[in-house]
Amino acid sequence: MLELKNINLSFGEFSIFDINLQLDKGDYFVLLGPSGAGKSVVLELIAGILSPNSGQLFLNREDITRKRIQERSVGLVFQDFALFPHLNVFQNIAYSLKIKRWKKERIAERVAELANQMDIAHLLQRNTRDLSGGEKQRVALARTLALSPELLLLDEPLASLDIQLKKELRSQLRKLHKMGQTIVHVTHDFEEAILLADKIAIFNQGKIVQQGLKAQVFSQPKSEFVAHFIGVKNYFLVSKTEENTLEIEGKIKLRCKKEISKRATIQAVMIHSGDISLNRISESQAEHTENVFSGTLVDVYPAFRGYELLIDIGMPLVVNISHKQFLQMEFAEGSRLECTISAENIQIIE
Amino acid sequence: MNTPKNINLLFAFLSGLILLFIVGPLIGMMLDTPLSDIYETGKEKEVTDSIVLTLGASFLGTLFFAIGAIPFAYLLARKEFRFKRLISGIIDIPVVIPHSAAGIALLGFVSRDSVLGKAADSMGFSFVGHPIGITTAMAFVSLPYLINAARNGFESVPVRLEKAALNLGASSFKMFFSISLPLAWRSILSGLIMMFARGMSEFGAVVIIAYHPLTTPVMIFERFGAFGLKYAQPVALIFIAISLMVFIVLRWLSGKNVHA
Repeated sequence: MLELKNINLSFGEFSIFDINLQLDKGDYFVLLGPSGAGKSVVLELIAGILSPNSGQLFLNREDITRKRIQERSVGLVFQDFALFPHLNVFQNIAYSLKIKRWKKERIAERVAELANQMDIAHLLQRNTRDLSGGEKQRVALARTLALSPELLLLDEPLASLDIQLKKELRSQLRKLHKMGQTIVHVTHDFEEAILLADKIAIFNQGKIVQQGLKAQVFSQPKSEFVAHFIGVKNYFLVSKTEENTLEIEGKIKLRCKKEISKRATIQAVMIHSGDISLNRISESQAEHTENVFSGTLVDVYPAFRGYELLIDIGMPLVVNISHKQFLQMEFAEGSRLECTISAENIQIIE
Repeated sequence: MNTPKNINLLFAFLSGLILLFIVGPLIGMMLDTPLSDIYETGKEKEVTDSIVLTLGASFLGTLFFAIGAIPFAYLLARKEFRFKRLISGIIDIPVVIPHSAAGIALLGFVSRDSVLGKAADSMGFSFVGHPIGITTAMAFVSLPYLINAARNGFESVPVRLEKAALNLGASSFKMFFSISLPLAWRSILSGLIMMFARGMSEFGAVVIIAYHPLTTPVMIFERFGAFGLKYAQPVALIFIAISLMVFIVLRWLSGKNVHA
């Protein structure tokens, strides 16, 4: 449905390089990356607000690279909503319909339909300056959907909302997606990507560093940057030394399952921070058994469900434990700990 | 060492002196002018004609030149182009040069021998000694107030609102008239009022382009020169009162517009 081919754009000190993307009708595509990575620029390119220096954009196989912004059938919801402050909610939603010279009755009908869909029917005569963040977001969505764009572009749509509103809006976006709306969603939050995306492209410094189906990207991050960005805390580049054994930075030897170690192209390993078991030990007890590493607790951070411990085992290892376990084991910075990594929990990246 | 309270007292005292400097001469003139003189002067046709001419010329000049000045301000606010800083500087020239010098420059531009003057002649009028010449002189010295205020207004409109309008299908014209102009309107109106007020009070440039018909500032000067202070004061008071009334009403209207 949408295809970006070798798109390049430079302005000022900022550039995006060789962007290639392909979306099918009905996709929920998330562009994920840190601030300033170039995600929003790609949205503005698709919308037609910016033009590329080189490369092509196709929408339904039609070359839209130089097509006017008004004729693209692409709706963009801006990060800060960009509601028109001198117009009320009704007038904001009706803006594009008035431009298309719809009749008054038809405009009123369409606005009412959208307002019901977005649950903002009671706000139609309100001034947009008096709305909460969540309400503004719904009005912005309704306004963009008024002309039923083929492609909906969302720039950090949940960034300024509190947890409850995020949840509500996520469900609204899922609903839209289920109704067949093709969506491109820009975010820096990997949890949003997990919860909403079919496909993901990871951006860094103006380039796409990895893209594909969500499951693929999350299970096979191609680089340390991608791994860390999608929330993987323990991602290590490895080299194979002998049968069943992988070496991390020449320091740590990890034993893995036989059938895995036969593969020739192992690049890295990923260990989920919740899959490492932890015990307290004294200095004398430290043993060098298979995949058991002794280390020192460097730092403790409260996490969503319990705590996150940073342990130095010759390399930094992040381990998640429950609140209960944390209290039972009475950890303190500098404690000596024993980390056990089961061979089954070592995820191989090829 | 001074406490904040002492500083506030000192600043309040200095502010009082400045305020007195502004208001003192006006109050002094009011107290010095008998009401009967004001009443008699107000009845003179020459005076009322002059006030109508002054307000009308400035008002029409403001409206006419706004047609070009507002889009110009938008370009300056939104676009980057070569010599933009130079052009911004040129706009301010009428404010910084002596207005009599501005009048001389303008006279060279619109006199009967100039291209513009000849074109006007062929249409049956002359800028010199004509209300159109007065309007031109008033606009020349007061345009920077409108352009600069409108430019500030457009700069304060977030670009993303314009992008949103384009994305919603608006043409550039529609975007300008439905988003940029209404959102910058407060500043533009302020600029229009400033241009109008500055234009009607202009003396230096106007007196060179058109001594006659008499605008009120020229009439005040003429009466002062011919008959002295006492004869000029009633006209000056009437003109100040009318200027203040117009200014207050326009300010009030612009305030109402903002909160509408």
